[in-house]
Amino acid sequence: MTLELMPDIVLGALLLLMAWGALYAPTRYDAMALFVAFGVVVALIWARLGAPDLALAEAAIGAGLTGVLLMQAARQLPAEASVTGKRMPWFGSSLLFLVLTCAMFAAHILTDSSFKQAGIDASATRLLGGPTVPEMVTAALPNSGVSYPVTAVLLNFRAWDTLLELLVLLLALTGVRQLYPGTPQHPRANTASPPQAWPVLLSWARFLAPLLVLLGGFLLWRGASGPGGAFQAGALLASAAVMLRLTGLLPPLRWSSFLLRLAVILGALLFLGVALASLAFGDGWLVYPTQWAGALIILIELAATLSIAVTLSLLVIGESEDLSS
Amino acid sequence: MSGLQLYLILGAAVFLLGLHGLLMTTDSIRRLIAVNLMGAGIFLIMVALAGRISPPDPVLHALVVTGLVVAISATAFALRLITAAARVDSGQSAVPDKASRLASKSESDVAEDSRP
Repeated sequence: MTLELMPDIVLGALLLLMAWGALYAPTRYDAMALFVAFGVVVALIWARLGAPDLALAEAAIGAGLTGVLLMQAARQLPAEASVTGKRMPWFGSSLLFLVLTCAMFAAHILTDSSFKQAGIDASATRLLGGPTVPEMVTAALPNSGVSYPVTAVLLNFRAWDTLLELLVLLLALTGVRQLYPGTPQHPRANTASPPQAWPVLLSWARFLAPLLVLLGGFLLWRGASGPGGAFQAGALLASAAVMLRLTGLLPPLRWSSFLLRLAVILGALLFLGVALASLAFGDGWLVYPTQWAGALIILIELAATLSIAVTLSLLVIGESEDLSS
Repeated sequence: MSGLQLYLILGAAVFLLGLHGLLMTTDSIRRLIAVNLMGAGIFLIMVALAGRISPPDPVLHALVVTGLVVAISATAFALRLITAAARVDSGQSAVPDKASRLASKSESDVAEDSRP
């Protein structure tokens, strides 16, 4: 137990405390607030583990948008009916089981010599004598069109993942839209005139929104050579839109608008177009020509940022007048 | 104990805590939070394993970035379904402020169905 592990231990204890509170806090509102705090601690842990991309994405998505989502949903739900599980019959024994399982994992991880060696020597993780996956990424990086390995993996080496992720976002939005069919005939009173926000909140929103847009653009541009990229930028833009919408400064995002629908599908459409073009004229599905790779990645990232931002905003704050066609 | 081992144990603990919450709570929002905690535990294990070498493994980082966005879209969809289910439970239509329109629509559907 060395001194340099102290921040990790403190962060770990905080994480477990927040996770426990997010599950078993006395009221639902406390649980949701603690879950947002859990997201902040997770973002700090990503930063501590040397994953700045994840810290940025988690801070915007896990700590920001999830909180808005939960509060929006809880507002429409009836009050919690039953007690929060603490008086349930199997609570104590299942907790004991949980602690024992954890101890079992811990004993395995602490005694297995392969975990002790890992982290010191990369060759300890080498399988079957071939190059490891990180070594392959480093070797292929000069041909990928970008100089930052995470962006290269996301948009070049494993572009399938990103394409399918954009499709998952579309799928989620389609699912949400099933709950809001048809044209809104009688706009409800509470959506027609948004509640007047607190003046300090209004001025802060006016001040923060341009900064968020600027920061999103910077992260998108920065993604080619450092931490950042389409997801972090899209999440930041979405949080700016959510904040403006909640304070009533932004009019409803209407699904009937052609531009909005185009923005939602643009990322997936452009990505699919590039994939088909590379299949027809190039070396295969999603294999970019080396001299075009950088430009193609920037183009796809731009479209994906727009799509992610609009889709996330609609998923988080879409009311019936936003989502009905 | 190294940092890697600490975070692996922590990831397992958060996953198990989420599983415990999923099994023991009854409120749907808390259960959704529990599923998200399980996901966070798995992400933690992946990022801890990415740190086994220096510089960290970019493939695992990219997978977790993808996973975060998929998790938030699944959470958003689940919350919409939860609120729709709560509306049905309280006797309203699953579709907000469309009860009257749906009623007239279902009558016309019935009329269409009765046609050969």
